[in-house]
Amino acid sequence: MNQKKEFDYFDRPETQKKLWIILYIACGLLIVSDFFTHRHSYFGIDSFFGFYALVGFASCAVLILFSKLIGRVLKVKEDYYDK
Amino acid sequence: MINNFPPAAILILGALFVPFFKSKAKNWYVIILPVAAFYLISQLQVGSSWQVHFFGYDLTFLRVDKLSKVFGYIFTLNAFAAFIYAFYLKDNTQHIATLFYVGSALGVVFSGDLVSFYFFWEGMAVASTFLILARKTPKAQAAGMRYILVHMFGGLCLLAGIVIYITQTGTVTFNAMTDQNLGTCLILIGILVNAAAPPIHAWLPDAYPEATVTGGVILSAYTTKTAVYTLVRGFPGWEILIVIGCIMTIYGIIYALMENDMRRILAYSIINQVGFMVTGVGIGTMMSINGTVAHAFCHIIYKALLWMSAGSVLYMTGKSKCTDLGGLYKTMPWTLIFGAIGALSISSFPGTSGFTSKSLIIDGAIHEHLVWVWMILEIASAGVFLHAGIKFPYFVFFAKDKGLRPGETNKSMLLAMAFMSFMCIFLGVYPQPLYNILPFDVHYQAYTFNHTIAQMQLLMLSALVFFLFLPLLKRTETISIDTDWFYRKGGQLFFRIMDKSFNGLNKSCERIFVNGFTGSLTRFSKDGKARLALIPLVSLWLLTGERGKKLEMKKTKVYTDLLKGTLPVGIGAAVAAIFIMIIFFLS
Repeated sequence: MNQKKEFDYFDRPETQKKLWIILYIACGLLIVSDFFTHRHSYFGIDSFFGFYALVGFASCAVLILFSKLIGRVLKVKEDYYDK
Repeated sequence: MINNFPPAAILILGALFVPFFKSKAKNWYVIILPVAAFYLISQLQVGSSWQVHFFGYDLTFLRVDKLSKVFGYIFTLNAFAAFIYAFYLKDNTQHIATLFYVGSALGVVFSGDLVSFYFFWEGMAVASTFLILARKTPKAQAAGMRYILVHMFGGLCLLAGIVIYITQTGTVTFNAMTDQNLGTCLILIGILVNAAAPPIHAWLPDAYPEATVTGGVILSAYTTKTAVYTLVRGFPGWEILIVIGCIMTIYGIIYALMENDMRRILAYSIINQVGFMVTGVGIGTMMSINGTVAHAFCHIIYKALLWMSAGSVLYMTGKSKCTDLGGLYKTMPWTLIFGAIGALSISSFPGTSGFTSKSLIIDGAIHEHLVWVWMILEIASAGVFLHAGIKFPYFVFFAKDKGLRPGETNKSMLLAMAFMSFMCIFLGVYPQPLYNILPFDVHYQAYTFNHTIAQMQLLMLSALVFFLFLPLLKRTETISIDTDWFYRKGGQLFFRIMDKSFNGLNKSCERIFVNGFTGSLTRFSKDGKARLALIPLVSLWLLTGERGKKLEMKKTKVYTDLLKGTLPVGIGAAVAAIFIMIIFFLS
């Protein structure tokens, strides 16, 4: 806190751009590394290339969309119960 | 003596002396108590017990086995950290309530019979309510009332079940229940209330976020985890628990995604995490039971850490809504770092305790070839990173800077968080000490190349989705309707219906009986005889041809004469004669 300027590294657009690139590279590398794994298949489907990446992506997308959808019905104003 | 002394007694009796300590001595005293209890538990030999004969039953206040010991360790460890966290707190009520609460939780896990189990169980409900009421806001008071009412309902189910069970089996000993009958099902419902299983879960996200700063940290650990312990003890392998557990994992995520209040997000994520444990109990193999216990152990640590981090933010800023928070990384970096370690642990990030514990449950499902269960647990694992792993730290510490510059929280809070963070990473890197104290022998290696890569893929792609979908996750100043609607709004509706029906009934009764019937009775006793006497007279006059004004005058005269008793003698006799004739002709 001695610096004159406040620590605002994560607010800067260039940092955010860097973080996006890191995230994409990390995801890419992890998917590529599936070439080197020899997963023992328990149920058949889980030996597919990039299976866990797909599960992570698809399930999160569905969860977000679903919660958004039911939020239209279930979200109410904060004073809902006070009325 | 030390070998059969119930650890619960240290905290419960110790609580009585809290008011005698002044200022810092009080805080040191409450830190030492769980340490003493932890030491005592470590000295207890597996198999030792302490029984008391009571009303014809042998009550077992102490039953030591590996299962009760591991829960005893984590309960006291967490209490130790929570009291360090609460080193700033001088409130006797909260300290005493906490000690009673944790002591009762220890009583539950070390009790060997259903009667003493029930007493400690109810003790927890009562003591924990004070941690909510201690916030002293009207909202907290109302939430506390709802909290205790729901737990009374659960407690009564449990009590009814226990009574039926004891009558049927003739024993009070608490072991795994195998028969599915009314008694055991009622016990199960009573426990599931505390496990926060939908649809009887809404008390948790309703009440916990209204608790005090330290109250939230304490509450997050004990009620749901004693329920998990009780399920492991009483209901291993009950398949219904797999279904309930899987529902809980998804349910918690969806609501946490909709939620705006950071402590309510964490409350819903408790439901999600307990879902994993309940599923593990339902699978019921040695591996999945080990997984459940290990996960409960690690969960208590990282969930307390998350509540501590959220509590620090609340303590420093007085705010807990994501819409009010943001950009706190600038002024609360340590709270952020510790909170992020908790967030990574709950997401089972490799290198943290969640990874070494949750994997046991998921592998338990795989070994039993439960493909759907496994699939749901993997989906839920991805979802955990979404709602607790990223959403909580992102919206509180990053996102849009709301101009809050609170400064770092106090040192004791940071110290407690540092300790819990260390535990998260330690158990994530070197889980063997935990594996050694699990109920069954563990031969498991979480860190295979395949498993680690698979988990990282799952998590990093979840992170990618979070940031890609960020516009959809924009926080709104809303709350979400949950099943507590039925007793909050439904309660009002019920009141209105009762008001309308019963008070309406009251009103019509008043109209009919009070004003109507009694009124006419009064009038009758007042001038009944006159009216009666007029009937034959008027018919006689009508027969004799009297009409109009003359008839009216005659009527009025006789009526007043009758009332005043100034009737000419002849008329009385005539009326009597007419009556006799009427009766004669009628009969």
